[in-house]
Amino acid sequence: MATTATPPTKPVKTPPVTPARPIRKLVPNGPPILRFYRSSVGKKWVMAVTGLMLMGFVVFHLIGNLKLYLSKEEINLYGEALRDMPGHLLPRTVLLWTLRSGLFVAFVLHLHSAYSLTMINRKARPQQYQSRRDYVAADFASRTMRWTGIIVLLYLVFHLMDLTWGTANSEWVRGDPYNNLVYSLQRPVVALAYAVANIALAFHLYHGAWSMFQSMGINNPRINKLRRSFATAFAGLILVGNLSFPILIQLHVVDLQCPHTEPTTAPCKA
Amino acid sequence: MSNASMRITLTVWRQASADAGGGFETYDVPGVSPDMSFLEMLDVVNERLMHDGKEPIAFDHDCREGICGACGFMINGQAHGPERATATCQLHMRKFRDGDHLTIEPWRAAGFPLVKDLIVDRTAFDRIIESGGYVSVGTGGAPDGNLIPIPKPVADAAMDAAACIGCGACVAACPNGAAQLFTSAKMQHLNLLPQGQAERWDRTVNMVESMETYFGSCTNHRECEAACPKSISIDFIALMNKDYAKAQLKQRRLIGQTFP
Ligand code: HEM
Ligand code: SF4
Ligand code: FES
Repeated sequence: MATTATPPTKPVKTPPVTPARPIRKLVPNGPPILRFYRSSVGKKWVMAVTGLMLMGFVVFHLIGNLKLYLSKEEINLYGEALRDMPGHLLPRTVLLWTLRSGLFVAFVLHLHSAYSLTMINRKARPQQYQSRRDYVAADFASRTMRWTGIIVLLYLVFHLMDLTWGTANSEWVRGDPYNNLVYSLQRPVVALAYAVANIALAFHLYHGAWSMFQSMGINNPRINKLRRSFATAFAGLILVGNLSFPILIQLHVVDLQCPHTEPTTAPCKA
Repeated sequence: MSNASMRITLTVWRQASADAGGGFETYDVPGVSPDMSFLEMLDVVNERLMHDGKEPIAFDHDCREGICGACGFMINGQAHGPERATATCQLHMRKFRDGDHLTIEPWRAAGFPLVKDLIVDRTAFDRIIESGGYVSVGTGGAPDGNLIPIPKPVADAAMDAAACIGCGACVAACPNGAAQLFTSAKMQHLNLLPQGQAERWDRTVNMVESMETYFGSCTNHRECEAACPKSISIDFIALMNKDYAKAQLKQRRLIGQTFP
């Protein structure tokens, strides 16, 4: 090198060092379960366990809906059976409401942990990188978890209004899920929204169904590769299954069947 | 060895102190040998800056052989630059091409406040170690070697975790500014071994909680593992998560025993 070292002409000033300030305080008191949930490792556990519960719901929801392809009677009986389970062991809808409450609690906890971890993570990097980040391992799914989650949430609200309460479905009739669903998904906008939400859910699950193993400490060199395959297969099967409904209904492979809602004007296959 | 000299354009984050405003400055750097390490290239830039009576670029470094953990900054958006399993001091200019434009920026995290230019203060890591990254031993006469039998795979796993040099690239690379990889490595190399059992559950709770005082939370992006110069595996994060839940359960049992 052609350069010659010259000692600095002015003494180098050492800037003052301000050690890191805590971004939050973890109060080490209260019942252990609360202390556990206060920590973000604990919140990730809760997110994973509730995520797993929601995955269980999604699977049974899909299996139930596939009865649409058996016949109108089959799926309507299935809807009825949900209310009636477990037969004469409990008063009608008691078990259904128990399961719904569990699902609701899981959903709220999943959301709360997601929200509060997001807030913590914002504080953990108050100043963003000023140059462009180049991600090596993080994929599209893992970086959009919050967005795909929110899309699913918004869709879910509509979905309940559309098919459970009927407030967003002019042709809705209690006790006829077949025609309610078919009518709903015959509306192109609804079919499209349904597809978008399910694609978002698939991305969410592509990362989530893998990530939950890490969060719950399920890690063993012999099964680690399977975790990825599991999540991909899970997300893929749910996507294909759920997307089949709007597609086949839009193509009129599955169509409205008489008798259906009065005073509908839609064509009715006998 | 090649004698071909490279010319690169270097954009560097310059900031006089934590409170002063900072910004990028760009330097034209001719005459770079491909055999230089990244830090040697910066040495040359600094010599030229000093020659011109300008303030040299402040960056941390010590061993320059990839074992101390002092060096490190973002190079073109990647912690420790584009080569995997390599600390900045071990990254050579031959990994880049003549005419490349390189942008370098300090680690950014609440837990790593900026000191100057590319230097950040990593004392928060020391806080985590202080809270549990040790074992208490009675130092009597020297015990026989291999007195405590340890299965080879366990010893290997503990060694893999112990390879962490505390550079902070994991935090820097993490989109959440989380320190899970560092903390789990420092925890698990002790939790895996017999010597670490006595303090295992206290260590786990204390280290996790002091980590969370300063850093973000893991969402399993795996960026840390890719950035780590020692290729520490995220498997240790899973082990930490497992131990943390277990530790909290034990705590509940112990509380039950203290206040029946
Ligand atoms: C209200 C909508 C939802 C929101 C806002 C949401 C948000 C999130 C967020 C932010 C994460 C953390 C991502 C990460 O750690 O990388 C996550 C994880 C996860 N979510 Fe959701 N989610 C929602 C709905 C769902 C649904 C409907 C399911 C299941 C069908 C689900 C399953 C999972 C699973 C399995 C995980 C992985 C847990 C873990 O990483 O430990 N989520 N969710
Ligand atoms: S885990 Fe790797 S990246 Fe993180 S501090 Fe240790 S050596 Fe550096
Ligand atoms: S200077 Fe010691 S690891 Fe780079």
